[in-house]
Amino acid sequence: MRNESRLLLVVSLFGAVIGVLFWAVGLSPVYATITSGGTIMLGAVCLLGLLPGYYYHWWSRRMSPRSEDDPEATPESGAGVVGVFPGTSIWPFVLGMSALLVCLSLVFGFWTAIFGFSLAIAAVVGVILESRRGGAI
Amino acid sequence: MTLLAERPGVVQEPGGPDHGHGPTGILRWLTSTDHKVIGKSYLITSIVFFLFAGVMAVLMRTQLASPDSTIVSQHTYNELFTMHGSLMLYLFAGPFAFGGLANYMVPLQVGAPDMAFPRLNALSYWLYLGGGLTMIGGFLTVGGAADFGWVAYAPLSNAVNSPGAGPDMWIVSLILTGFSAIFTGVNICATVFYLRAPGMTMFRVPIFTWNMVVTGILILIAFPVLTAAMVMLWCDRHLGTHIYTVSGGGVPVLWQNLFWFFGHPEVYILALPYFGMVTEILPVFSRKPVFGYRGMVFATITIGALSTSVWAHHMFTTGVVLLPFFSLMSYMIAVPTGIKFFNWIGTMWRGSLKFDTPMLFAVGFLVVFLFGGVTGVFLASPPIDFATHDTYFVVAHFHEVLFGSAVFAGFAGLSYWYPKMFGRMLRESLGKASFWFMFVGFWVTFLPQYLLGLHGMPRRIAEYSASTGWTTLNRVSTAGAYILFLAVAIMVVNFYVSWRRPIHASGNPWDGHTLEWATTSPPPPHNFFRLPPVRSERPLWDFNHPEHTTRAHEAEHEGGTPSRRGTRATGGGADGAR
Repeated sequence: MRNESRLLLVVSLFGAVIGVLFWAVGLSPVYATITSGGTIMLGAVCLLGLLPGYYYHWWSRRMSPRSEDDPEATPESGAGVVGVFPGTSIWPFVLGMSALLVCLSLVFGFWTAIFGFSLAIAAVVGVILESRRGGAI
Repeated sequence: MTLLAERPGVVQEPGGPDHGHGPTGILRWLTSTDHKVIGKSYLITSIVFFLFAGVMAVLMRTQLASPDSTIVSQHTYNELFTMHGSLMLYLFAGPFAFGGLANYMVPLQVGAPDMAFPRLNALSYWLYLGGGLTMIGGFLTVGGAADFGWVAYAPLSNAVNSPGAGPDMWIVSLILTGFSAIFTGVNICATVFYLRAPGMTMFRVPIFTWNMVVTGILILIAFPVLTAAMVMLWCDRHLGTHIYTVSGGGVPVLWQNLFWFFGHPEVYILALPYFGMVTEILPVFSRKPVFGYRGMVFATITIGALSTSVWAHHMFTTGVVLLPFFSLMSYMIAVPTGIKFFNWIGTMWRGSLKFDTPMLFAVGFLVVFLFGGVTGVFLASPPIDFATHDTYFVVAHFHEVLFGSAVFAGFAGLSYWYPKMFGRMLRESLGKASFWFMFVGFWVTFLPQYLLGLHGMPRRIAEYSASTGWTTLNRVSTAGAYILFLAVAIMVVNFYVSWRRPIHASGNPWDGHTLEWATTSPPPPHNFFRLPPVRSERPLWDFNHPEHTTRAHEAEHEGGTPSRRGTRATGGGADGAR
């Protein structure tokens, strides 16, 4: 887990360094109003790396070592159940079409959203019932 | 129906867990959560969009073949270049790589039974398909499709200048495909972080997968900004907000800042996966390990990081950006890209090269992308950019970069992995013919465009007068576009031939290095009957050629008695490979 967390923390560090640099260079009054957007976005890059990166770091110190991080691991050491995967499911399709209908209401008026939200409710219920029987996201 | 995914031990009998009585026919396609089915759907859908956008390009080149041409109207021309760019960038180049090939190959390369979130994966595809059809649906509306360019600059894209349902459908389509890309990015990162095979540490993951992880992170950085910008644009158009209009106190250039903060990482979201494909193909057809594995990973991460801080080099002529900052940052991207080129050449150096179709396309990519990249370095210089901004010089530059990666490297990856995905080979003769037509057509199309740009021809004009003297160069460029069309047509014939008269492919037709070749073609549900032990970044090669393993080679080097054959097969590049 350590390398994964480092990768995300590098992203975060880069966002912080460049963000500060960008902000400092942009202090010139000519540019002041324009750079604020860029500084905010680079700050967001910093946070985007920091949140999952620090979580992985926190978790990597608490979890038991994984066979995929062990350079000497044999295939047998990872054998067994990896997880429960849904074999087939109609609900992603229903959810996708409901999202499409909801978004199309931005073009054609709110009537498509009525169908869209109805389908979305059906899909959410369907996914939850399916997950109760077992299945990853 | 849910299935327990089990990771096999050393040997597992074919047959595996309980499969084969799911739904059939169209219901199988609608309900599948198998990353292989979704990956293929992505591939086929994106190629259809590619062909559609290619026809638009040919129409535009036909229009420009002669001065004062009236084959299409000015308004139609605007729609054509907008939809050509939008389809190629949002619906072909990205989804082809991170929706199609990555979806199919990343779980296989890390030895996983499926993507980490199979149902989320299916949802991404349906959002992508729905969004793509919405974008094309713009042509069916009264006012026609969006016609403000793929960048939709404010205030051209507001309700006064671009009224009608077509532009709204374009906005909605980008919101949908944006979410689709975000979900795929999350999925790929989670798969690589959590579902790797035993022994596959992060620094043994194939470069293609590494590049997809970095691409996934870039997607998470860039696409939310695009989606937010689109929602604000919609609010400007319909709710009377003034975010991008001067009259209400807004800032039009904010649109450019937001768009390019998405747009420049997007360029690398489009390029990095294709760099990864080339990095997979060159070692296999040179029969050597990739030269400088860690250097490649470092270069990928550096390119990804730097790409978030160069967005305003698209906005030099607005006069409100930090020219020195963005110019310097843009120059710096050339360094990791140069490392990649060095390592690609190092991989081929003294290898036993085999020029099959994938390798031809990969080498073609190196040449083409080098030219596009070098002209990109020119454009990072503000004085040169001021002179060439919005001319055909820029058009030629980004077509060389994007056509080089998405089509040359994309076809390389497609013909390399086609046997794995469809269990049958493509015809070598047709593939090579397609390559040579494409390579020639490419230069004939885009070299004249550089000259046209230097002669001052602006982008996005439907007509020009004969007195400008641009006619000859435009004719040559149009002829090149027809050659490119022919090359793509040969590729399509190749698919058709392999569909009607299949030559069955073995599990490992290219003597590949990575885990996707360790299973059957096409792979069974949940992918693997057995996994070889992972001891280097090319586990399958080590398994199939125990006398030439990466480790054995290192031991030889330390012992100072390399066997001749071993040196030849694994090459001198192994030093840098660890």
